[in-house]
Amino acid sequence: MYDIVIIGAGVIGCAVAARVAEYTSNFAVIDRAQDISAGASKANSGIVHAGYDAEPGSEKARLNVKGAKMYPALCEKLGVPYGNPGALVLAFSEEERKSVERLEQQSKLNDVPGCRVIERDEALRMEPRLNPEVLCALYVPASGLVSPYELTFAFADSAAENGADFILNTNVEKLSHNGEYWVVSTNKGTYEAKAVINCSGIGGGVLHNMISDRKVQITARRGQYYLLDHMQVPEFNMTIFQVPTPMGKGVLVSPTTHGNILLGPTAEDIDDGFDTMTTRDGLSDIMIKARKTWPGCSLRNVITTFSGVRAHEKGGDFVIGAVEGAPEGAFEAIGIESPGLSAAPAIGEELGDWVAYYLNLPKRGDYRAPTPLPKPFNRMSMSEREAAYMENPEYGKIVCRCEQVTEAEIRFSIRRPVGAKSVDGVKHRTRAGMGRCQGGFCSTRVMQILQEELHQDLLDITKMGGDSRILTGKLKQEDQQDD
Amino acid sequence: MIKPIQVDILIIGAGPAGLAAALSAKRSGITNLIVLEREDQPGGILQQCIHTGFGLHRFQTELTGPEYAQRDIMAAKELNIDIRTGVTVLEVSVDKMVTAISRENGIQVFSAKAVILAMGCRERPRGALAIPGTRCAGIFSAGTAQKFVNIEGYMPGNRIVILGSGDIGLIMARRMTLQGAQVLACVELMPYSSGLNRNIVQCLEDYDIPLYLSHTVIDIKGKDRLTGVTIAQVDEQRQVMPETAFDIDCDTLLLSVGLIPENELSIGAGVELSATTSGPIVDNTLQTNIEGIFACGNVLHVHDLVDFVSNESQLAGEAAARYVQGMQKTGERLTVTDGQGVRGCVPQTIILEENVESQPLDIMFRPDRVYQNQYVTVRADDVVLSSQRKFILTPGEMAVITLSKGMLEQCRGKKSITLEISPDKKS
Repeated sequence: MYDIVIIGAGVIGCAVAARVAEYTSNFAVIDRAQDISAGASKANSGIVHAGYDAEPGSEKARLNVKGAKMYPALCEKLGVPYGNPGALVLAFSEEERKSVERLEQQSKLNDVPGCRVIERDEALRMEPRLNPEVLCALYVPASGLVSPYELTFAFADSAAENGADFILNTNVEKLSHNGEYWVVSTNKGTYEAKAVINCSGIGGGVLHNMISDRKVQITARRGQYYLLDHMQVPEFNMTIFQVPTPMGKGVLVSPTTHGNILLGPTAEDIDDGFDTMTTRDGLSDIMIKARKTWPGCSLRNVITTFSGVRAHEKGGDFVIGAVEGAPEGAFEAIGIESPGLSAAPAIGEELGDWVAYYLNLPKRGDYRAPTPLPKPFNRMSMSEREAAYMENPEYGKIVCRCEQVTEAEIRFSIRRPVGAKSVDGVKHRTRAGMGRCQGGFCSTRVMQILQEELHQDLLDITKMGGDSRILTGKLKQEDQQDD
Repeated sequence: MIKPIQVDILIIGAGPAGLAAALSAKRSGITNLIVLEREDQPGGILQQCIHTGFGLHRFQTELTGPEYAQRDIMAAKELNIDIRTGVTVLEVSVDKMVTAISRENGIQVFSAKAVILAMGCRERPRGALAIPGTRCAGIFSAGTAQKFVNIEGYMPGNRIVILGSGDIGLIMARRMTLQGAQVLACVELMPYSSGLNRNIVQCLEDYDIPLYLSHTVIDIKGKDRLTGVTIAQVDEQRQVMPETAFDIDCDTLLLSVGLIPENELSIGAGVELSATTSGPIVDNTLQTNIEGIFACGNVLHVHDLVDFVSNESQLAGEAAARYVQGMQKTGERLTVTDGQGVRGCVPQTIILEENVESQPLDIMFRPDRVYQNQYVTVRADDVVLSSQRKFILTPGEMAVITLSKGMLEQCRGKKSITLEISPDKKS
């Protein structure tokens, strides 16, 4: 029997796991996908919101501000890309100016430092590509950026190094309490646990309602994005928002931690929470709205489009803590939409501590603090590159030419505690295939390295697990002779 | 600090462009010459082009890609040209310091008198088209699929739709058919193909593969692996006509939707690029705005035929050699501009040397659409130098206009040369 089973290996589940690992090694994280960070955690804006936006007094506001403050030290400790470029919230009318002024007041109630309203000229000095029709803006110096999936991978590695079992490709079908302990029934067997933590994102409502008589209602809200190539000189340094609406923070224009530009998201309520397709209407809607912020925005530098689905709870706030109306030992963090990523470190710490307290688990003596991830080759100085090569000559072989990812890093991404098992897994851990050719040149080599490391047939290598095989068969022998 | 290796000419890339440039530089008397190639063998993309059709112009015979490459590789061997494979260039600086890395030697720095950029091009991926739908497996750029089939020996799919009618897509339509796959359709956004006419006939028509002109893929379906695509017609403004949509069940979508010169290193070196060709802006010695940095082949502008890549690169090799030998061209400069119907003239600048008789000069460009029985007129300022009738001009085939010695002599004292397409002969 496990002390704890965490359901869901997104950024919340993994943040909780990383904290739980300080108390026990006897726990597991279960996820339906082949890899961690497969849902909304890999497809969001990657913004560490300062916290001016959430309603004062809400869990969203409290955990956002707390989480955002944890980010710089946390990312330093884990070796995860983080930046703090600040943000602007643009107003284009006198009515929107009022909204911006209200946000400034709200920032004070939420204890967000440094927010102030700036006028058009100052905004344009900060970001010369802004629409010159802007009237004024809220300047938010505390707004940050993080690579959300790299953070999730780092949390997961830290948990796994301390003994956590990651049970992937496994769908939790039923959650029940037998009077003594919790029974987690999956399509691959049953697991027993003294406590369970529901961090299952879009599926979180179903699990909650299965064990509680106080029902929640989770809506799947899809957000589509455009990703633009990184340029010699970035078009924008800060994250640029428009005035928020009831559906969310609206379409933003933002740099990423890797210097790309992100446009989006849309906000569409959909029936199937796993439907991450992009649509013609959604994409054209983003472009129209993004041009209001950035009139010079064009499709020319688009390298990909994607979408993620966030879990919106009807009440509008995060639902966090012991599951109300359920037997003892059930905990949850559900309805984690924006600013969920910003709040994740705080949620992980609080919920992890809470469950440990419930189980009366003391801090472990043998806990191993995480070691920071190695610096990526493309961020190293030439002398650091030379040193890395002297240590491991596989740093001398560039596999992904667009993002300058080496063979050493690709092998490491597969050998990590929760390692890559697919081409997308390698991509998200190393950026190989994430550049402007989108894997056109490197995917064959990445597949060969996966084959070598995982001892799998090349035909069984997938894009992202499941039936996403990339090749369908070998060439017929007689044809090979003809050639 | 790593001690730089001194070299007269450093060539980046050992594909057809880099090899031809190396051969001609060596033959022009340069002995201290190094070619850096990131792949483990020279030859570039030719190594995966196992079909024939290469070399008709240059060798007057029909070769496969590897055979064509092998001729240059053998010639390079005979001339003892130093080709270093498995070496990736990380940086080129404005003062021609080239930093590279390899598994064998780690970081190396080369200090070159001249650099020839010959990095080739890459395929536009799905993302660049922003095709809506799911992000499942089974979507490949045509060249990637070609590598899987011809180099690795694997099939990327069985029921195939090809988007775009670029040459690689057409070649792959035939290749996959011969391997037993069903190629269900080739879909082209424009009202004409961007591939060579001979490939339309030999790769689609000969195998009864339907070509849908003025159509595009508007949706991609399939959760894990592709299960189908939706195709629709587009109007003259290339706007989708939703009422014309139809579905095709397929497990594979190949994209042949254009090539982009790969100029990341060039940009880092301060080389100015043309917004039209996406390649460096060069003069008639193929020198970029950075003195001593030359460019040739598909990194300069995307070619249709490797023969023309080799010819162009030979000029770059000679010019770089002359530069190293202190004999580069100097003189008055004319700009070459794109007039009506003309896109991407290369070179963009012509140097006319004082007291030296000019040699005939080719200007290459693509028309902005298909033209039949129209005239290509060359003007130097207001003076018409020539107005030639062309039976057909199509964006799928690079057009070449040769300026004769006499025409170039008429350009002296002028500021610019303009090429334009018109229905009437100009005089």
